[in-house]
Amino acid sequence: MSFLSGFFGTLSLYFSRPFVIYAFVVGILISLCSSLLGVTLVLKRFSFIGDGLSHVAFGAMAIASVLKLTNDMPLILLITIITAILLLKTGQNTKIKGDAAVAMISVGALAIGYLLLNIFGNSSNLSGDVCSTLFGSTSILTLTSLDLIICVTLSVLMILFFVFFYNKIFAVTFDENFITATGTNANLYNLLIAIVIAIIIVLAMNLVGSLLISALVIFPALSAMRIFKSFLSVTVCSAVFSVICTALGLVISIIGGTPVGSTIVAVMIIGFIISYFAGLITGGKKA
Amino acid sequence: MALLTCEKLCLGYDNNIIVKDLSFSVNDGDYLCIVGENGSGKSTLMRTVLGLQNPISGDIIFGEGLKKNQIGYLPQQTQVQRDFPASVWEIVLSGCIGQMGFAPFYTSKQKKTADEAIKKMGIEHLKNRCYRELSGGQQQRVLLSRALCATENMLLLDEPVTGLDPKVTADMYELIDKLNKEYNITIIMISHDIDAAVKYASHILHIGKKVFFGTKAEYLKSHESGFFGIREDGENI
Ligand SMILES: Nc1ncnc2c1ncn2[C@@H]1O[C@H](COP(=O)(O)OP(=O)(O)O)[C@@H](O)[C@H]1O
Ligand SMILES: [Mg+2]
Repeated sequence: MSFLSGFFGTLSLYFSRPFVIYAFVVGILISLCSSLLGVTLVLKRFSFIGDGLSHVAFGAMAIASVLKLTNDMPLILLITIITAILLLKTGQNTKIKGDAAVAMISVGALAIGYLLLNIFGNSSNLSGDVCSTLFGSTSILTLTSLDLIICVTLSVLMILFFVFFYNKIFAVTFDENFITATGTNANLYNLLIAIVIAIIIVLAMNLVGSLLISALVIFPALSAMRIFKSFLSVTVCSAVFSVICTALGLVISIIGGTPVGSTIVAVMIIGFIISYFAGLITGGKKA
Repeated sequence: MALLTCEKLCLGYDNNIIVKDLSFSVNDGDYLCIVGENGSGKSTLMRTVLGLQNPISGDIIFGEGLKKNQIGYLPQQTQVQRDFPASVWEIVLSGCIGQMGFAPFYTSKQKKTADEAIKKMGIEHLKNRCYRELSGGQQQRVLLSRALCATENMLLLDEPVTGLDPKVTADMYELIDKLNKEYNITIIMISHDIDAAVKYASHILHIGKKVFFGTKAEYLKSHESGFFGIREDGENI
């Protein structure tokens, strides 16, 4: 009993601090938009593009820090969006293998990013900095007020985008050929989706770090697909899953002092295992 | 003027010509069957007519006010769809996407269209089921309902009965025939099955080493006179 009251005591103490509240608001918004688009990403077999883009975002961050930009978000956003559009184009081009191109760009960006930081960086704790960008140890707790505004605005925009284009996103995910054949510009929606994915990945880098972003995108979708069978229910479930896991992960990491990103992902893995068995029991996943 | 006219079409990929000099036309109410061996370019022709790829040369002309977003399409099934979480209703409704423009949500009229398409295909009881758990025949009916949502005029079907058992195949053919006769929907169907083509179609287009286009009667006549040799096209399953 005293343990519990101690626990909630600590929790309320933490929640009296603004930066913890900010971290929660931003974390939940980011996890919400990444899980919404995650369903499309997984179903379109685009998850490897998400992975590649997260590495590109790391490279972009390295460039931004070499240039000593006070606010690196715009540059990172720009570079990642352009890469997303290029990757989409090569994916449509049958001559170049899409996945090989992604792999090339993604490891290339990682290597160049680290190299740049090493050569031009003047940080006393380089490996600590790199580690924190890759695994996002505390960045969510140290957001500047400008970062905060950008993160909140962009996540809300992404969520609105998803709601307004929900029907189009479903159609373009389920069968691109059909909607093109019946007079809808599927390429336009593919382009929009690519841009949105790039934005979400840059946002998510703040929450979990660039190596762990894919988890934020993939785990909620895959867990929801274990249990539910319609696109709407999978989307709703993956959003709920993602928000719950993120909130839990944040609480645990704040109280236990564990790294935020890894803790959230660990909670998601547990969530996935639970959904896996729930799916087996309800027969959610046949064939 | 015909609903669809193709003039001197050359089809293929990256200047790799598969079909040359193809000309034919489809009138309102026609039932055209496209037959030919595997790999002869039937799907390529259909994809080109639908604007999914460009012809190498030649013209495709839509007439009688037929617009691009008034054509229904039943694709040859792809693998991605197999594990897709989607209900029958969601899929059928997405057939209305061409009429939607930039509006974010479906109108109640579009929902009614989807409801009617589901009724025409006799799958009301499957409306809330998961698509991937349906049998092959049921899945085809769902995709046909979706195609119906997109059109009142013209349906393009790419091998609608592949992989279905004989009974379900026969039902499917009857259903398509009903759409043509009762609802006056122009049908262009790719099929392996020459017997069914001869039974239901009004016109036949044969592509391959030899190209033939004409009415069913003309096709049968040219068949007897040995135009195609000894049923070299008879790889019907
Ligand atoms: N995406 C593609 N790129 C290049 N060639 C293709 C492509 N799709 C099909 N082909 C080739 O075009 C020819 C015709 O294919 P297709 O139209 O699918 O035949 P059918 O539907 O009559 O069986 C085949 O030889 C095939 O190898
Ligand atoms: Mg084919």
